Amino acid sequence: MTITILLAASLFAYIMAFVAGLSRLSRNIIIRKVGGFYVEVFRGTSLIVQLFWLYYAIPMLLNIQVASNWWIGVIAIGLNYGAYLSEVVRSSILSVDQGQTEAATALNMSSFQRMRFIIFPQAVRMMLPEFGNYTIQILKGTSLVSLIGLTDVLYYGDIIRSTNASITPIVYLVVLVFYFLLALPLIWLTRKGEEIAKKGAASQ
Amino acid sequence: MTAPIVQYRDVCKSFGDVEVLKGINLDINPAEKVAVIGPSGSGKTTIIRLLMTLEEPTSGDIVVDGKNLWKMEKNGDMVRANENHLRNVRGDIGMVFQHFNLFPHMTILENCMTAPVHVKKENKDEVRKRAVEMLERVGLGDKIDNYPSQLSGGQKQRVAMARAVVMRPKIMLFDEVTSALDPELVGEVLEVIRDLAQHEDMAMVLVTHEMDFALDIADKVLFLDEGVIAEQGSAKEVIEHSQNERLQSFLSRFRS
Repeated sequence: MTITILLAASLFAYIMAFVAGLSRLSRNIIIRKVGGFYVEVFRGTSLIVQLFWLYYAIPMLLNIQVASNWWIGVIAIGLNYGAYLSEVVRSSILSVDQGQTEAATALNMSSFQRMRFIIFPQAVRMMLPEFGNYTIQILKGTSLVSLIGLTDVLYYGDIIRSTNASITPIVYLVVLVFYFLLALPLIWLTRKGEEIAKKGAASQ
Repeated sequence: MTAPIVQYRDVCKSFGDVEVLKGINLDINPAEKVAVIGPSGSGKTTIIRLLMTLEEPTSGDIVVDGKNLWKMEKNGDMVRANENHLRNVRGDIGMVFQHFNLFPHMTILENCMTAPVHVKKENKDEVRKRAVEMLERVGLGDKIDNYPSQLSGGQKQRVAMARAVVMRPKIMLFDEVTSALDPELVGEVLEVIRDLAQHEDMAMVLVTHEMDFALDIADKVLFLDEGVIAEQGSAKEVIEHSQNERLQSFLSRFRS
């Protein structure tokens, strides 16, 4: 359960990051404002409150079931971290050297071609390490879904603990180790990302 | 007398309150080699940046091959050019920058191929052939699969020139292309410019501090001072016969 939520929420967060990050750089002021509103709202409120809103508040207010618990977890985590990641997307694109845009203009590229062939590929390299970091954060964030009754690692730990309180330290140790083992490949990927970022970024 | 390929008519440019160019009038003929000299801050670089559409003039017109660069006709009125119009007019212009501005995520060959393939929609194999030939001509035939970070400054600048020439521009702009180089690397870059000047029939505008070199290859020399063209003519006229005191004192700094 932890792993499927991690994968789906990460994917959703990445998509939201690019959508929101690019809209905040849009020339259209409405798109820019909508993107900014999303980012500030989801960055400025806590993940657990967002989770409870989707799980308790909205169904009560509108009298509808939003989605299954699994989906609520994915959506809340994805929206929340998507907001943070969109700032990574935005700042990476802005940090590509101005000379790159000028050189692309001198080769008569359109603004779309400049973004697609020159700016974006360089920005993505710069994003990789931060994306790795946030994916580890998402992994840890998934432990919150135990609060809306999803049977993730922490939830199982709590169940075992409640039947035998004397082994509490051992249970939480196991949970700890479990999260760390899950994080290991992500840490490794982040390192790889940093190497790639070093190789391809503009350094003049 | 052929028609000029570029005409500046009363072109002014301000950055905020600072007037950088104060009414530039200038004709550049096809295949003409123009050197722009002058003290720093005189607006040399701005002149060519306006032509490359990297800056927009505050007033005045720039006409390229009979077409107004920064203005276009719409319902009988002349309005500010949109991106499409700019792309149509600037297609014949290429530029080499002081800081090379190679694309670091592409190999040398890819740097030279991206624009002809994606912008001009030319056949990829043909472009490759032309790009390789051009890279060989600037002495980098053995480096085509390297990345820019593996090259010296002089090599990077030679790639930048190859990249611009592969687009087959009618006008090439050089913006202080040797200023960021170590002194011992300047020669190899000037060599390439000389080769282009002698064997290509494109117009060239060189903004430079390499005085002797500029005077040597230029058909026409412009001395820019405080935003106006203070003197223009052949290298001989400008150097030997000019009465302009500021020009003489500027030149004397290069003759020690």
